[in-house]
Amino acid sequence: MTDTNELIRLSAAQLAEKLRAGEVTSVEVTQAFLDRIAAVDGGERGVNAFLHVNTEEALAVAAEVDAIRAAGGAAAEELNELAGVPIAVKDLIVTIGQPTTAGSKILEGWHSPYDATVVKRLRAAKMPILGKTNLDEFAMGSSTEHSAYGPTRNPWDLDRIPGGSGGGSAAAVAAFEAPLALGTDTGGSIRQPGAVTGTVGVKPTYGSVSRYGAIAMASSLDQIGPVSRTVLDSALLHHVIGGHDPFDSTSLPDPLDDLVAAARVGNVEGLRVGIIKELHGEGFQAGVENRFNDSLELLKEAGAEIVEVSCPNFQYALGAYYLIMPSEASSNLAKFDGVRYGLRVLPEDGPMTIERVMGATRAAGFGDEVKRRIILGTYALSAGYYDAYYGSAQKVRTLVQRDFDAAFTVADVLISPTAPTTAFKLGEKLNDPLAMYLNDIATIPANLAGVPGLTLPGGLADEDGLPVGIQLLAPARQDARLYRVGAVLESLLEAKWGGPLLAQAPELAPSIETQEAK
Amino acid sequence: MAAINRDDVAHLAQLAHIEMNAEELDRMAGELAVIVDSVKSVSEAAGDDVPRTSHPIPLTNVFREDVVGHTFTAEQALSGAPDSDENRFKVPAILDEA
Repeated sequence: MTDTNELIRLSAAQLAEKLRAGEVTSVEVTQAFLDRIAAVDGGERGVNAFLHVNTEEALAVAAEVDAIRAAGGAAAEELNELAGVPIAVKDLIVTIGQPTTAGSKILEGWHSPYDATVVKRLRAAKMPILGKTNLDEFAMGSSTEHSAYGPTRNPWDLDRIPGGSGGGSAAAVAAFEAPLALGTDTGGSIRQPGAVTGTVGVKPTYGSVSRYGAIAMASSLDQIGPVSRTVLDSALLHHVIGGHDPFDSTSLPDPLDDLVAAARVGNVEGLRVGIIKELHGEGFQAGVENRFNDSLELLKEAGAEIVEVSCPNFQYALGAYYLIMPSEASSNLAKFDGVRYGLRVLPEDGPMTIERVMGATRAAGFGDEVKRRIILGTYALSAGYYDAYYGSAQKVRTLVQRDFDAAFTVADVLISPTAPTTAFKLGEKLNDPLAMYLNDIATIPANLAGVPGLTLPGGLADEDGLPVGIQLLAPARQDARLYRVGAVLESLLEAKWGGPLLAQAPELAPSIETQEAK
Repeated sequence: MAAINRDDVAHLAQLAHIEMNAEELDRMAGELAVIVDSVKSVSEAAGDDVPRTSHPIPLTNVFREDVVGHTFTAEQALSGAPDSDENRFKVPAILDEA
């Protein structure tokens, strides 16, 4: 048996290999992660990545996998490649047997009567679900500070944000509390947390992974995707959760490409990599820009051709996003009204009508950011403003798509920093919504156009020693290219660093003790 | 385009069924004015000739076979309800007759 401290640092692919070889059991692996969660997640200075820990069920699934493996035969051979490898699930995705809160008071204590399609697929693959991860309320935010259950802390520096909205999933993976996690990405909620925690995250092509059972924020932008520590691990997880689902009418009918094979191709020779002129330089932290340039250099040395592309309409992307997203959210969140599920709050005085109950319920159940976006969306959709706001934003969406189309005629993949800065301090941007929104400047265009994007760690910024993310973008349905280029860049960077970036992250448990001693 | 003011926010909050007190209305009006101002440029970005995109990868005629499948039982459907009675969701008065 491997030392548990080593075990939790292995990639999902390595764990799968050890499980298959019989060197370790799934119960041992799952218990090691549960122990890690118990050690670093709770308390005053804990990471707070998990809102719920699913100990009993996770261990039962692990034991089932171990029993199948021990018995051998056809059943053992038919096990999924990731069978027995545990995973954490963002608490925006519904699960039978565990609460789903969406990070909101309005769903506190609620249990879904059904599983999301991606959760069904995790269960079919016999992957133990470790628990549900923290997020900005209804996935609205870039710092996880808008969670009604307290912020998640960045494992690199516990006084800093882990990104958002999927800060819980990214921090869980970065803190070795889980080898894999599921996230959702509407404007960067998988990729931006990946960037600031030194982890990998992928927003697949819109429709590549079923959204059935992901509590909708903006239906035409939302996408579920993998969160991991290596590019290959994300490919393995994407393979498990991806593919057509009749329960999601926007699910693409096309079969998935062999993403795992793409992550194992191992070369980028002759590939055209496009730098997006508008997505680096001004507005990007110097250390971010430096690490971005390092990656370009490495890709060039590996035989890729670096070209520059211009996407002039990206300047309108953030504005269009902050009209389309709240518009769709205001409609999607109308269902939280205290009638069919969740919180019901009665007005303190006056007539007891359903309308007044809804008003009191939503006032008490939603946090500030959710209210802001609902009001903004209601405004953008209201008579007299619809054409100027929502309609114009939809036209910008067309322009952003055209920019991508033009860029992909001269480049096979595009590259940019994932986020303009490294992780900022908790509280720093909490009272400045606009400053918070700017975190997603580089990730939003992909959601507007439906194209896939991947972030991988690109090193540490010189000025603060915090992780920088490198974003790769590919044309719709060409997710395989992201895994191919991402895996090559990852191996070149790790060769330079002498190991994974997360090996340079501070030790977590001792640092908590130190803090407590102060 | 007109700036968003406190009366607008009060009206929108009513439409969206969110009760707001005076302090909240003031704060929200200030924050939303800044946000609305920052997205203004969007309305000048595209001309009349640019078609709208409502969906990133449009699919048409998404049908499935009309077969009887799993549906929730009344018990499952009501499992999260704040109040229920005789297999139905129970709510306060729908009409203002109190």
